[in-house]
Amino acid sequence: MADLLETDQPLLIADSLSKSYGRIAACRDVSFSLYPGEVLAIVGESGSGKSTLLQLLSGQLAASGGHVSYRMRDGVTRDLASLGEAERRLLFRTDWGFVHQDPAQGLRMAVSAGANVGERLMAVGWNHYGRIRESASDWLTRVEIDVARIDDAPRTYSGGMRQRLQIARNLVTGPRLVFMDEPTGGLDVSVQARLLDLLRNLVAELHLAVVIVTHDLAVARLLSHRVMVMKGGRVIETGLTDQVLDDPREPYTQLLVSSILPP
Amino acid sequence: MNAPAYNFAYLDEQTKRMIRRAILKAIAIPGYQVPFASREMPMPYGWGTGGVQVTAAILGPQDVLKVIDQGSDDTTNAISIRKFFAKTAGVATTTSTDHATVIQTRHRIPEASLHESQVLVYQVPIPEPLRFLEPRETETRRMHALAEYGLMHVKLYEDIARFGHIATAYAYPVKVNARYVMDPSPTPKFDNPKMDNCPALQLFGAGREKRIYAIPPYTQVVSLDFEDHPFEPYRFNAPCALCGAEDSYLDEIVTDDKGSRMFVCSDTDYCEGRQAAGHRGALSAAPYKDKAQGEANG
Repeated sequence: MADLLETDQPLLIADSLSKSYGRIAACRDVSFSLYPGEVLAIVGESGSGKSTLLQLLSGQLAASGGHVSYRMRDGVTRDLASLGEAERRLLFRTDWGFVHQDPAQGLRMAVSAGANVGERLMAVGWNHYGRIRESASDWLTRVEIDVARIDDAPRTYSGGMRQRLQIARNLVTGPRLVFMDEPTGGLDVSVQARLLDLLRNLVAELHLAVVIVTHDLAVARLLSHRVMVMKGGRVIETGLTDQVLDDPREPYTQLLVSSILPP
Repeated sequence: MNAPAYNFAYLDEQTKRMIRRAILKAIAIPGYQVPFASREMPMPYGWGTGGVQVTAAILGPQDVLKVIDQGSDDTTNAISIRKFFAKTAGVATTTSTDHATVIQTRHRIPEASLHESQVLVYQVPIPEPLRFLEPRETETRRMHALAEYGLMHVKLYEDIARFGHIATAYAYPVKVNARYVMDPSPTPKFDNPKMDNCPALQLFGAGREKRIYAIPPYTQVVSLDFEDHPFEPYRFNAPCALCGAEDSYLDEIVTDDKGSRMFVCSDTDYCEGRQAAGHRGALSAAPYKDKAQGEANG
């Protein structure tokens, strides 16, 4: 029953979100609800407002209009703008994750992988070295990084490993919502495939809600349940992934889908 | 040409007032770094410009000043600062920890226990304990404001992961009054327990970084650690070669190019006091010492 309630109510609600930089409207009137365990892909070409929208949703940018509400762990849905800075930051390192396109932005490149994963735990008051390390090695295993590399700095990691480490670092506190900004950008195709496979498993296993920004329709098709297509700051089409990608209604979406090169 | 006429303790009264305001604020919020308008002092940065300004601001004509550098009263830095205040303020100076009312220190806390009528002034090079992990000042300030100190443990975690134990031996981070995490200046971690519940007022001045912070008397100061890797003070496992002390912090002195070395108390006043009281270490047979002490005692 509690489980039913848990999945019955939206986790994140965007209500007519807008953001303008001076006269440039980067994001116009975006509304949607995201439910627990649901993966939403935001696709569109560069400059379409995807990243701005992601920053608005994750509270890193103040909206010019509209609201973002989030259902906290205690079940109360609150407007992000009404949270204090301390609460917002706590949310960001416990209940949320943010996977950057460039792992160097999301990792501390100079400290070891173990400390990178353990940082969130230490930030919420874990004070036992052995347990932090145990949890870190557990997570490294889950993202398919050799535990023997736990004391190496991410500087010495390959691009794919860095990205997987960043994911581990985000998931260690058991977040319910993860934002991803082009997580597979800049990786070669075989590494991309492996990462996507890993992500898909983790998302299903942990029942994560995900907002993923990508310009790669293949990523959207593989990971997401729903797709939002953006153009010029507006959402022009939204629907189930299969439906939007196989039977696009808007001319722009048709163009987008047809510009994928056949292998 | 006439000799320059200094204001008492070199700094002008307005400047001293400004520094005192910063000190008062620092005492009111233990461990919080208060910005202040640090002045150019007639000495290079890194030689104690912050400590000197704090000392100048709190010094009164009746005060007795002691200056130590790594525990020693007789190194260049200590002697220069002592002379500086003897000249510009005309205050009495001493090397005795017990008789001093103001002790300016670089990187040590005296071995002798301090008392309520004393002020300990630290020279601080880098006041921000989070600096090497988080280079942005805006971000470290926010972290202090929100008491987000997880990063401090990341540093300790790295130590254990690399060396098997917390290898930070100096500037060991402490939490003051269960609120602010503070860098105790590069004192050895051996000295950290002395800061806790100390009867003397402790002031920290960083001249280049323009920060003053303080630990009021009898304030709780806890060294950060992990449950399974608790804080441990470190000292060389040897007695002092001159006074035989087993409980003092030791300096390692290389005595030749064949690998010989000796360990002596870093706190010269403590060591000399013990020798005067008749304690002897393995290498303290130097007769001139006995003679010098005979004169001092006589």
